[in-house]
Amino acid sequence: MTLTLSEPLFNALLAVVKILFVWAMTLAALLPNLIWAERRVSGLIQDRPGPNRVGPLGLFQAVADVLKLMMKEDVVPLYVDKVLFTLAPLITLTPALVTFAVIPFGSSIPITWNGAVRDVPLVIADVNVGILYIFALTSLAVYGIVLAGWSSNDKYSLLGGVRASAQIISYELAMGFSAAGVFIAAGSLRLPAVVEWQHAHLWNVVPQFLGFVVFAVAIFAETNRIPFDLSEAEAELVAGYHTEYSSFRFAMFFMGEYANLIAASAVVTTLYFGGWSLPGVAFTGLWGGLASIAVFAVKTAAFIFLFLWVRWTLPRFRYDQLMELGWKVFLPLSFFHLIAVAAFVAASGR
Amino acid sequence: MSTTTPSPTLAFAPLLERKFGEKAAPEARPAADVPTIAVDASALHDVALFLRDDPSARFDLFLDLAAVDRLKLAGPASYRAGERFAANYLLYSTERNEHLRVRTTAPAADPKLPTLTDVWWGANWFEREAWDLMGITFEGHPNLKRLLTHNGFVGHALRKDYEAGQRWLCTEEDVLQTDLAAQTETPEDVFETLTLNFGPSHPSTHGTLRVVMRCDGETIVAAESECGYLHRCFEKMSETHTYQQVIPYTDRLNYCSPMINGSGYARAVESMLGVEIPERARAVRTVLAEFSRLMDHMVCLGANLVDIGALTNFWYAFQAREEIYSLLEACCGARLTSSYARIGGLSNDVPENFVEWCRRLVKLCHNQIREVDGLITKNRIAQKRFRDTGVVTKEQALAWGFTGPCLRASGVAYDVRKDAPYDWYDRVDFDVPIATEGDNFARYLVRMEEMRQSLRIVEQVVAKLPNGPVNSDDYRVVLPPKEMVYNEMEGLIYHFKVVFEGIPVPAGEIYSYTEGANGELGYHIVSDGTGRPYRVKVRPPCFPLFASFEKIIRGGMVSDAVATLGTLNIIAGELDR
Repeated sequence: MTLTLSEPLFNALLAVVKILFVWAMTLAALLPNLIWAERRVSGLIQDRPGPNRVGPLGLFQAVADVLKLMMKEDVVPLYVDKVLFTLAPLITLTPALVTFAVIPFGSSIPITWNGAVRDVPLVIADVNVGILYIFALTSLAVYGIVLAGWSSNDKYSLLGGVRASAQIISYELAMGFSAAGVFIAAGSLRLPAVVEWQHAHLWNVVPQFLGFVVFAVAIFAETNRIPFDLSEAEAELVAGYHTEYSSFRFAMFFMGEYANLIAASAVVTTLYFGGWSLPGVAFTGLWGGLASIAVFAVKTAAFIFLFLWVRWTLPRFRYDQLMELGWKVFLPLSFFHLIAVAAFVAASGR
Repeated sequence: MSTTTPSPTLAFAPLLERKFGEKAAPEARPAADVPTIAVDASALHDVALFLRDDPSARFDLFLDLAAVDRLKLAGPASYRAGERFAANYLLYSTERNEHLRVRTTAPAADPKLPTLTDVWWGANWFEREAWDLMGITFEGHPNLKRLLTHNGFVGHALRKDYEAGQRWLCTEEDVLQTDLAAQTETPEDVFETLTLNFGPSHPSTHGTLRVVMRCDGETIVAAESECGYLHRCFEKMSETHTYQQVIPYTDRLNYCSPMINGSGYARAVESMLGVEIPERARAVRTVLAEFSRLMDHMVCLGANLVDIGALTNFWYAFQAREEIYSLLEACCGARLTSSYARIGGLSNDVPENFVEWCRRLVKLCHNQIREVDGLITKNRIAQKRFRDTGVVTKEQALAWGFTGPCLRASGVAYDVRKDAPYDWYDRVDFDVPIATEGDNFARYLVRMEEMRQSLRIVEQVVAKLPNGPVNSDDYRVVLPPKEMVYNEMEGLIYHFKVVFEGIPVPAGEIYSYTEGANGELGYHIVSDGTGRPYRVKVRPPCFPLFASFEKIIRGGMVSDAVATLGTLNIIAGELDR
């Protein structure tokens, strides 16, 4: 049977395949393994084995955990705002998953269609405002936390929500300004263009090291990881914004945190570490395309490991210290960086 | 019991007599006990001021208030002329390294004493405790309400005529929140200030402590702390058990370093008996006390660092602790509640490989300390969290009755091991680390250094560990060996008497103090000559620490309160008894 498809339908089908691939990668492959990795890495750092009983090397631990959480009673306290309480975990999880839409996760794969060979770029949506899309979505994620804190009707949760909003405001600007340097250098807001520029020249982390540092720290703040996990701060706020959550609602926050982590690592890889590219290697053809996906995955994984490593090493900031750092150190630094990059690009006449 | 002598060291006695005459006179005391002056209640407040301020006295540290109900006390100390209650104030002069007991009495009907909270603020909670458990009213006390028992409790549990089997209906009426509301001017409002209930089951209290805070944003504007959730009336229970049977209870005081509590208690009873324990037992007690101090500091720092988000240190610290527990287990069979000390020595000898084991542990502990040190001491975030938070000045620390690492972190070099050496502490070389800042970082550094010093002590003691028995051969006190019990008449009689009647401790009174992991751990024991203590009063080192917690955290943020609670190291078991 010959399948004939019209051009738009074919494109739509391609997009669906790509979405399914990316989600399968993040939700089914990366996310459970990340939960496992977090616990094994913490074990490694803390001189203990970590979970090693469920499945080979304890790999099925995450599955067991999720199953356990799903079977727990879903307790909704009496005084919560039920609508927002239900909505909040969804709001946290969704932006992380849709961020992947604009991230190029590989070079391209040649596909023969209607007798012609065409290169299919490995990005779900190559929109020309890619980075704005990412910023818009990642800022949305904090609403989930703030709403969870508010709707729980609990003082500790409220404090957690307030902390989260203060934190996101303090770091969003510095993050935006430091990332702007990348786009000035690449001359485009498209993420594939950023990767191609780095492929052609050199990874942004070298010329824009300052921007990378600011961006990476802001990412830590954005994903609520130690040393910036103030909204959770289990020893101070008794798990903060998700104190009242149990069962699968809690699992959604949990998954949201890790999905955010993966998304953030993917963004850093794309912006500063050349995305799927390797210097001097041209990824062409089917195998080249697949290899580029692998390169991207390895780079992302390396960054995820950094996240884990930092979490199990550093203490947590205090609320006011974190804001001080954001406003008084990182914001001026990112300004300086942006001006320096812009001046350099203008002077070199590109 | 050693001879009764008039206390010779009271340099200020002539002045005291000139000023107060009959109303404040030195009392004859056994040499092992602390010097005592008997003060008439009417002159108590003036005497207290004199003792604090006079250059020849300078008792700047309020240690303890041990109230005794003498209702059933026989012998020379029995009560006459209606003065049923005795209140023993324990004072210490950091300048002259001298303890002093000020004893006063209160009548059976409506016992009243003037408060000393305006002289030493540290008397605050001790007076509340005395009111709660003994029913002595302290006139002028700023906040005289129940402390260890519930507000709905009826009667005063430590009085000798209180029947222990009674049950009271204690409802959930919350006194603390309403009291705090009265302290602050603005009413609770979501957008202005909010009242935050912190504990008793809050993750950073590591036990059952409770603080109610009034917060403006996250800044604490007022706070009040409450304890008693782990109160089990250890002191009342002690009165119905023989002296040896009290030892397992002492393990549950500071359960992070039970060995120190046990040997401290045993030493108190031994000095009442006048029993000398063998050198080997003293050396082993020293080694295990230092390891216990190390464990305590490990738990304190590990948990404290978890509270500020540095999770990994907890495992580094706890690994050393686990290994020390294994040593304790090899010695006595128990890990946490060791009950290893006995009056007259130890329950049994240490294992054969004790010395090598100790040396191996010393190496391991050094390694674990280094790991934590490397991760935290120079870490900028940790410094930001610890420095200038939870500051206690030297004056405050003294006035509030601090002892131990917290006092030393505020710049006062008082350590019982140095200033009144016991066991083997006068034979080893070690330093007492002090810091002057009095903030959380100072307390952290002092504890870190104390752990290294403890290892130094252990190394020196095990190098000279003598052979020989670990128990005294005084069979009025120590159970005779089984061969003797089965083969000799005397052995059987001794055995029978020790088991059934307990150790006959001569009638009298003692305040014996030990350097616990958190500070001065004092046992104030009154004996009526029978096999059971008439009254045991423990001076728990973290009692004054937690009493002043509400003052320390005021003006700081909630996160600082958490860090401060950790560095103060409040152990509920010892706090609530």
